[in-house]
Amino acid sequence: MLAWFAGRLASLVATLLAASLVVFLVIEVVPGDPAAYMLGMNASEETVAALRAELGLDRSGIARYLDWIGGWLRGDFGTSYTYRTPIADMVAERITVSVPLALLALALAILLAFPAALFAAARRGGGADTGIMGLTQLGIAVPNFWFAMLLVLLFAIKLRWLPSGGFPGWEAGLGAALSALLLPAVALALPQASILTRVMRSSLIDALGEDYLRTARAKGLSSRAALWRHALRNAMIPVLTIIGLQFSFLLAGAIIIENVFYLPGLGRLVFQAISSRDLVVVESVVMLLVGAVVLVTFLVDVAYVWVDPRLRSR
Amino acid sequence: MTAPIRTATRCIVLTALALATGEAMAANDEVRVGMQLEPPNLDPTGGAAAAIDEVVYANLFEGLTRFGPDGSVLPGLASEWSVDEQGQAYVFTLRSGVTFHDGEPFTAEDVVFSLDRARADESTNAQKALFENIEQVEAIDDTTVRITLSEPSGDLPFNLAWGDAVMLDEASAADAATAPVGTGPFRFERWVQGDRVELVRFDDYWGEPVALGKATFKFISEPTAAFAAMMAGDLDAFPVFPAPENLAQFEADPRFEVSVGSTEGETILAMNNARAPLSDVRVRRAIAKAVNRQDIIDGAMFGYGTPIGTHFAPHNPAYVDLVEQSAYDPDGAKSLLEQAGVTDLTLSLKLPPPAYARRGGEIIAAQLREVGIRTDIENLEWAQWLEQVFKGRDFDLTIVSHTEPMDLNIYARPDYYFQYDDADFQALMATFATETDADERQRLLGEAQRTIADAQVNAYLFQLAKTGVVAAGLSGMWENMPTQANDLTGVSWSE
Repeated sequence: MLAWFAGRLASLVATLLAASLVVFLVIEVVPGDPAAYMLGMNASEETVAALRAELGLDRSGIARYLDWIGGWLRGDFGTSYTYRTPIADMVAERITVSVPLALLALALAILLAFPAALFAAARRGGGADTGIMGLTQLGIAVPNFWFAMLLVLLFAIKLRWLPSGGFPGWEAGLGAALSALLLPAVALALPQASILTRVMRSSLIDALGEDYLRTARAKGLSSRAALWRHALRNAMIPVLTIIGLQFSFLLAGAIIIENVFYLPGLGRLVFQAISSRDLVVVESVVMLLVGAVVLVTFLVDVAYVWVDPRLRSR
Repeated sequence: MTAPIRTATRCIVLTALALATGEAMAANDEVRVGMQLEPPNLDPTGGAAAAIDEVVYANLFEGLTRFGPDGSVLPGLASEWSVDEQGQAYVFTLRSGVTFHDGEPFTAEDVVFSLDRARADESTNAQKALFENIEQVEAIDDTTVRITLSEPSGDLPFNLAWGDAVMLDEASAADAATAPVGTGPFRFERWVQGDRVELVRFDDYWGEPVALGKATFKFISEPTAAFAAMMAGDLDAFPVFPAPENLAQFEADPRFEVSVGSTEGETILAMNNARAPLSDVRVRRAIAKAVNRQDIIDGAMFGYGTPIGTHFAPHNPAYVDLVEQSAYDPDGAKSLLEQAGVTDLTLSLKLPPPAYARRGGEIIAAQLREVGIRTDIENLEWAQWLEQVFKGRDFDLTIVSHTEPMDLNIYARPDYYFQYDDADFQALMATFATETDADERQRLLGEAQRTIADAQVNAYLFQLAKTGVVAAGLSGMWENMPTQANDLTGVSWSE
């Protein structure tokens, strides 16, 4: 058990290092000078050169890469070129929006998907099953930003129940903050819930066909009890994988929704940093997301073992 | 649940709802202004982003002079100034009793510090050219400053009105990017990066206290979100509204007013004068005649914009109307191309992100095809555009809007990206720079405009309009944008 754990940890570190090299190389190749972008069209050559020197852009690629990695080990994640503030502070602020948003969206998706999948699996082949499958089809096909705009039109403009976007900050109170995250979370949750429903339904149907289910029914358990107590746990493995992937996607991929609702999250930070060639921010945030995905995968692996006893002997 | 618990629960739910909906109502001395781009920092003297001035100019920071709503130069922290006969030494009289937001008094020493900081060798001020002519800044006493120039110039009061020339205090200048301290009627409260900047009224302001107690700038880049925010009442004003297709809807709604004004943005189809065949003035004139300005204004800008015939703003009193000189004439264009011996021409058209470029570019490509010129359109991001077009001069045609006021002198720089090199024009601009007589300046400006129109350095398209949406009842927002700023000092709710 310990050996397995140590092995996974070592591969985690190796993945991060490899990713950091790839990220750094890709960003290096991208054309565009951050100093020129910051100073605009009227600045003279000397001013741009002075800024480049100030930002440390005139050093060699290897020097900058080692500086960057070395900085992490010291806990210093660099300073943004455009904002001139430590990246760690900026990321910490943005995480307080992106992580709760991702968690809220995931929670909504699970709340919608589980009952729907159970219902559909229990009545497989029937009218309710077909209906639910049709709805999930729609949920996957509809672009989530378009759905978001519909939600804004209805709930923010027409009914004025919720704000049209922005984030007042957690210090404005739980109610205000959650109401700002609600519509974005719903928009994000819709396609995720649809995918989750389909995966879970098919995995449940597979589990329902297993021999041990037949034994349970033969022993006298009702159809519903058999589903709940036996099929569900073992059907969870593919579902857990998908949930892990979805959380990673929600964290980084919510950029379009963050733009529609002008939320100060990680996605928008990376997007703006790319436009303004704030290379350090892009590199650091991408590495952070890589780290988050690797960590989530690791946790999902651990969860597999906990959920499915058949894996414990490993 | 027992009765007390039920009541308590009801109270909690109602409070939560009240908190949630509280954001939607603005108190009568608060204003929420929307902006598309977020400033990268809050120091207008340290970088070029227009968004910085749009938040802090006149609200947080002030200079010796300032721009009025019509672009005129008005007294700011200097109540008056005089210039000696040669136009080489200016004496500014400063107001007394002025304090910075942190309580430090404003004196002539701060003027010396601010201007020396801006023109220092290692300064990253984007408009260093404004200060190049200054030889020395000295404090005569606490309220008098003498600025000596190395060459006579009539431009100094105008140059000092720019956001890059605002006054800072030595003690707080180092942190100006994140904790700005100025002398303006509002002081900095908080910046939630990615979301908003909050300013509150400064009670010890030297001048008239402002009507607003609080001003919040919210940053919304997505045009649909901007529309939603205004319609939902989450914003009170959006001075440069990014979705002109929605303006008709705002006009029809009694809750809003649409204000259409002008800016200092001359939108031009820039041509690389150093590259054949564009180095031939006949080819440039042909391209200018092939372009139908009104079609571009209607097709790309929804009808908002004023045609221009030279690189100058139509609302400026010195403007000379030269639109007819390069009026739409495709036959004339074809004959000019024949005369120049140009057939089968393909030009690269590199376009930065804004709509006037992307949409306008497609319309121009179609118009040029009518006279036999093919264009290869390349859409670039700003960083790429700066690298390839602006620095590398690797382009034939491009469309860009120059938003600095009175920027005719870019045509006197032979190494500027369109590479127009005319010694006579350079001499003309040098004469203008040292001229202090107002009438003579106006005459010289007219001559300059005619020169660059005759040489058809670029095809001058139109002046960018400023289309803003304001909540009915909010008065005092500037209609025009003579400088990139949102001056809130005269804004109040009229109900």
